[in-house]
This record gives sequence, structure tokens and C-alpha cells, in this order.
Amino acid sequence: MINPHPGLPELEYVKPASLSEACKFLAEHDGAAKPFSGGTDCFVRLRDGVMKLDYLVDIKGLDGTNELTFDAKKGLTIGAAVTMNQVARNKDVIKHYPNLVQAANSVASYQLRNRATVIGNICNASPAGDTIGTCLVLDGVLNVTGTEGKRTIPLSSFFLAPGRTVLKAGEVVTSITLPPPPAGMVGVYKKLGRNIISDLSIVGVAVMGYPYSKSPSGYAFRIALASVAPVPMEALKAEAILSEKKITAESIAEAAEAAMNAVTPIDDVRGSARYRKQMVRNLTREALTEVWATLNK
Amino acid sequence: MSYSRITLTVNEVVETVDVPQHMTLLQMLREKLSLTGTKNGCTAGECGACTVMMNDEPVNSCMVLAAECDGANILTVEGLAKQGKLSKLQDTIIKTGGVQCGFCTPGMLISATALLKRNPHPTENEIREALVGNLCRCTGYYRIVEAVKEAAGE
Repeated sequence: MINPHPGLPELEYVKPASLSEACKFLAEHDGAAKPFSGGTDCFVRLRDGVMKLDYLVDIKGLDGTNELTFDAKKGLTIGAAVTMNQVARNKDVIKHYPNLVQAANSVASYQLRNRATVIGNICNASPAGDTIGTCLVLDGVLNVTGTEGKRTIPLSSFFLAPGRTVLKAGEVVTSITLPPPPAGMVGVYKKLGRNIISDLSIVGVAVMGYPYSKSPSGYAFRIALASVAPVPMEALKAEAILSEKKITAESIAEAAEAAMNAVTPIDDVRGSARYRKQMVRNLTREALTEVWATLNK
Repeated sequence: MSYSRITLTVNEVVETVDVPQHMTLLQMLREKLSLTGTKNGCTAGECGACTVMMNDEPVNSCMVLAAECDGANILTVEGLAKQGKLSKLQDTIIKTGGVQCGFCTPGMLISATALLKRNPHPTENEIREALVGNLCRCTGYYRIVEAVKEAAGE
């Protein structure tokens, strides 16, 4: 889309003094105001006229939004204002959630990741969000504050449709908590873009596997897929195959096939539905093979 | 139109500016402070021509509101030379011929300067990865990468 105007349309910048003030303002101006941190998604949409707003509410620095802490029992908490680069260079994240580092680093460019946030990536609710899949397989839970108090929302029940979530008027996601990773966890994020790095994903596959004595195969696998359905999704049938059958090249291929059959991609400027389906199969197989090779060492 | 009065440091000079609240940092630098070294390319955070340092980290200035910059410390390409002397990277990019039309150069210089600050001896891959958000239509990147290598003292 070509827009001769280089900047954003006229709007007001609101810097609330507290989280409760932010929630109140957002509730009172529902539909006309949105919270933002880095702005890397909404600025572009505002500029292109796809999104129309009267107010941008800056939530950086508000209660809990700057938090980036790891606790062996509670897990990792990432505040809404924490940038992708801050996540990717954090020693605890590197040690315990290397798959999240990989996913964060797959987003756009270094300078964009200095603005872009994991919470923004989630709240933008694009099926293509690169960090969402990894947060899904890690059973992330969103910490939400609204005018009526706080609540938590499992990430798996957060998305309704492209760009739409279960958030109510006046609610702000202040952080996400990722439980401690399962013992022996190996995770990867495979992304297919038009370039090797920096592009939006045509297909994204987040895979996590770990030893699990309760399943017949002795392992549990989690597989989340990006850009291939209206919302980020998990390939449940594929996960079940790997729970029940002995892990071999054949069962991995079968799971990858099941992942392909579970997706409902669209044709768009970045790739056709048919191509996406095949790439889901190939990348899932590749990711599972890689994770299994490390688990099986 | 709503305005914000902000005070920030740009290239070591303290400036107080009244900015429309929807104005980006890029627009403020070019239109309010006449610092036109920073270029307006895609306005979507993709091309990197508008890259500046904000509080010691590179950002796309088209992706920052000026109103957010109260108290910020900004470095643009105009601030790289000190007392009329070009920075080492500015020297090496001229020497290697890493500049053709020059439109990407200011953003390239800021991104590469930021890279050398966080990683003084980057590998070629690290250089290419750090510059992935700075598009150049002329050079094919080879000479720009050479300039960064040379500035890193290799």
C-alpha cells in the first residue's frame, strides 16, 4: 500500500501515571484508544489507515510492565514493555528458554526488536506472530489488569480471530508468565520467510519435546504452528501420535503429516495455501527430527 | 491538534521542542530540528534508513513517537563525527566505497556503530545479521560489510 504521507494520522498520545488510570482511560474510550509499547505493529496499521484511533496509550513503565524475572518455581515473567532484544539477551532466558530466544531473534531486524515486545506480538493477535507458538507450547499464562481488577488468561484461550482476542474493554495485558520448562526440554522454532532472516513468516513451527514417563512413547511433544490458521494453533493430533507411538523416523513423518492435515491456511501475498500446507509438513518433520536427535543423545 | 513539550538530548545538545503528538521521532528530527541526515524511507520499520540511537540502542525513528522521547538521548548520523573528524567507520566506508547513492548510509552507519559497540569484533555473519534491517539498493552490501570489518580492525 502506498501512502504519500510519511507519518501517522492525527491522534493523541496519552501517558497515564498508573495502570488503573490507563485501564480507566481505555475503558472510557473503547474502540478509540489502544495500549501500545513499541508500536511496531499499530504504527504501520495506523499509517495505512487499516487501524483508526484517537488515542495511543503508552503503557511503558506502568506497574509490572518492565518486569523480566525468572524464578525456579514460578517460571519466567515477561512484562509488556520488555523488548524482544531484552528477552533474547537475558541470561535466564538463554539458559532455560533457548527456544524463546530463537523465536524472538527471528523477528524483523535488531533495531526493530529494540521496540517490538513479546506481549505486543501476542496482543496484535496475528496468526504470524513469531513468539506466540513458543509461548503456547510452554503453557504461557497472561496476566491481565482491567477496571474490575486482575485476572489470568491461558494463552491457549486468548485468541478469537486474526487481530481479535478475549480482552474486554479497559483490559491491559501487563505480562506473561511461562512456567518452568519441563526437565530435559528441547525446543526449536523453524520459520520460513521469503528471506532467510528478517521477513514475516510464511509458516512458523515451534516444537518442544521432553522425556515424559507417563506417555507410552516415553516422551511428550508440543507443536505450535504460525501463519496457517486464523489464530496461532497447536497440532494436537500430531502431538498424540508422538505420545503413543515409539519415536522413529516413521512416527515423526506421520505426526508431520497430521500437522499438515490440521491446518487451514489461506492464499496471500507471501504464499499459497497449498505451499503452506506442504511446508508445515516439511518444517514440522525437520523440527521434530532436530529435537529428537538432541533428546535421544 | 494536541502538542507535547519535550526536552531531549540530540547529538549532545539539549533541545526543547513542541511536537504534535502524532509526530514521529523521524519527522521531528527532520522537520523541527533540520537534521536531515536521517532519511525517510519506508515509514514502516523495514528499510532502516531512519535508524538512530535512542538511549544507546538503535531504533527505527519512524517507529517512535517524538512525544515518547522526553528525556531521551538521541544520536543521529550528524553526531558521529567529533570536532570535524569523521568516525573510524565513516572513514572506512568511504575508503571501501560502501557509499553509492548515500540514502541508506546514515542508517547503515548508526546500525554498524551500535554493532561495534556491543560486539567490537564481529564475524562477517554477525555483521550481516546486524545490518539485516538496513536495505541498500546500490552496493550489494559487500563493500559496506568490508567497511565494518575494517573499522573493527580486521
